[in-house]
Amino acid sequence: MAETGRLSLPSAKPLRLPVHPVTALRIGIILAVVVIWEIVSASGWLYRDVVPSLVAIGKALYTTLSDPTFYFHLYTTFYEIGIAMVIGGVSGLAVGILLGGSKFMSRAYEAYLYYLGPCPKIIFFPIMIMWFGVGPGSKVAMGAISCFFPVALNVAGGMREIDKVLIRVGRSFRANTWQMVTKIYLPAMRHPVINGVRLGLGVALIGTLLAETKLSNRGIGFLVIQAYSIFNMPQMYALLIILFVIAIGANTLIGRVGGLDDIKRT
Amino acid sequence: MSAAAAFAKNRYAAAALGVGSFVGFIVLVELLIRVGLINRFIVPMPSDIIAAFPRVIVEEDVLQRFLLTAGEALSACILVTIFGVAGGVLLHRYLLLRLATETWVAAIAAAPLVLMYPLYLVIFGRSALTIVMMGFTAGLAPIILKTLEGLSATRRVLINVGRSFNLTPSQQFWKILFPAALPTIFVGLRLGLIFSLINIVGVEFLINFGGLGQLINELAERYDLPGTYAAICFVILISVCVFILMERLERWLRPVD
Repeated sequence: MAETGRLSLPSAKPLRLPVHPVTALRIGIILAVVVIWEIVSASGWLYRDVVPSLVAIGKALYTTLSDPTFYFHLYTTFYEIGIAMVIGGVSGLAVGILLGGSKFMSRAYEAYLYYLGPCPKIIFFPIMIMWFGVGPGSKVAMGAISCFFPVALNVAGGMREIDKVLIRVGRSFRANTWQMVTKIYLPAMRHPVINGVRLGLGVALIGTLLAETKLSNRGIGFLVIQAYSIFNMPQMYALLIILFVIAIGANTLIGRVGGLDDIKRT
Repeated sequence: MSAAAAFAKNRYAAAALGVGSFVGFIVLVELLIRVGLINRFIVPMPSDIIAAFPRVIVEEDVLQRFLLTAGEALSACILVTIFGVAGGVLLHRYLLLRLATETWVAAIAAAPLVLMYPLYLVIFGRSALTIVMMGFTAGLAPIILKTLEGLSATRRVLINVGRSFNLTPSQQFWKILFPAALPTIFVGLRLGLIFSLINIVGVEFLINFGGLGQLINELAERYDLPGTYAAICFVILISVCVFILMERLERWLRPVD
């Protein structure tokens, strides 16, 4: 019988760097991006000011963050997203528990949620304007619709994963519906619920802010589209940076607080 | 077994309840509008919406708009597939690069990238290119991450089989790694393409340019309520058909476990 030779990897001497190679590479990539950005900015290859200097963006970031009116707009957006999360999250939770708790209801209605979930929600905005007006109501509605689907689908999935023994324990103690929800269902499916909230927050943020960019006179979305309309590119970049930091930060925070990162590691 | 329990166990009964509730809801809305409990200038009658469908399809040139959106989606799809899969392969090939940038890619996947559309409007102009690039940007990160996940999850025994046959790195990739990762890559492609499609229609609506998204915006601006509702229903129907199609395709490509 023929033998196949063993592959041996050439042994190389470990390269000693003053910093960890991963950190060094990260710094290298950031520096390369900064240098390329500044070259493009100074060269004028693109239309003037489309790629402003990083110094200009930094100044705009400082000006924006030190402007009190920015916090009024930030508060408006947070307020809209907060209300949207409460409405969309609670209704999503209720519908998720209903669908996940009954196979019959799930078969009857879950397909509608499953296929409506990924549809672009912003197309409902004209309807929301007609129903709730041009003020914050229509933005809250957009956020709530966006948030509802991921929460409902995650909770329904989480309900089906609950250990049947726990449900039987609750029933044997003659727990009523409220006690079953608060003492059995929610603690047992906290991870899918938190994951749903995390996804819901992301899409509620997008729904609300996009609605603000389309038709509004307040909120961060309004500031972004205003920066576009007066061609204030450094401010637009600054606002986008702030938004991304908020969105990614909130996403990470919910994941950490909810222990989702620990699940992934194990 | 009681009649109610038998009904609850019946699969067709559940589907019938779903469809029945939907139809019942529409009939209820129609009745409430007719008796004046719902303002017909805010919510048009469902019968008017159904009647508006042929008008919208013929007068608003829906086929042309659909082809335009489909063309934008196809362009974004090609771009996102090429760059997404290549990005995933690159990160898998170079471990250091992966360690340095994987969390960045994951962070980008969680970022509300669609909010960059005003920036893209400035860079690419109010054109189809903005819409395609927005779709591309939105769909890229999930495909990179899923390609990387698929390639990394290739079973050790398969890689060892390739090594025992003294396969070259290129053969190892095309004969072992890529086929093993294909189902996961396709999951990423489905996710990425859904993100692209959502963003394409959304940006069309927001910038009032292009195909189906613009149609909704135009009808709403004309205050053609039945037409707006009909167009929204039409876009939802198309989106649902595309999602079902992608799901079927994914199932067809996925090997039997």
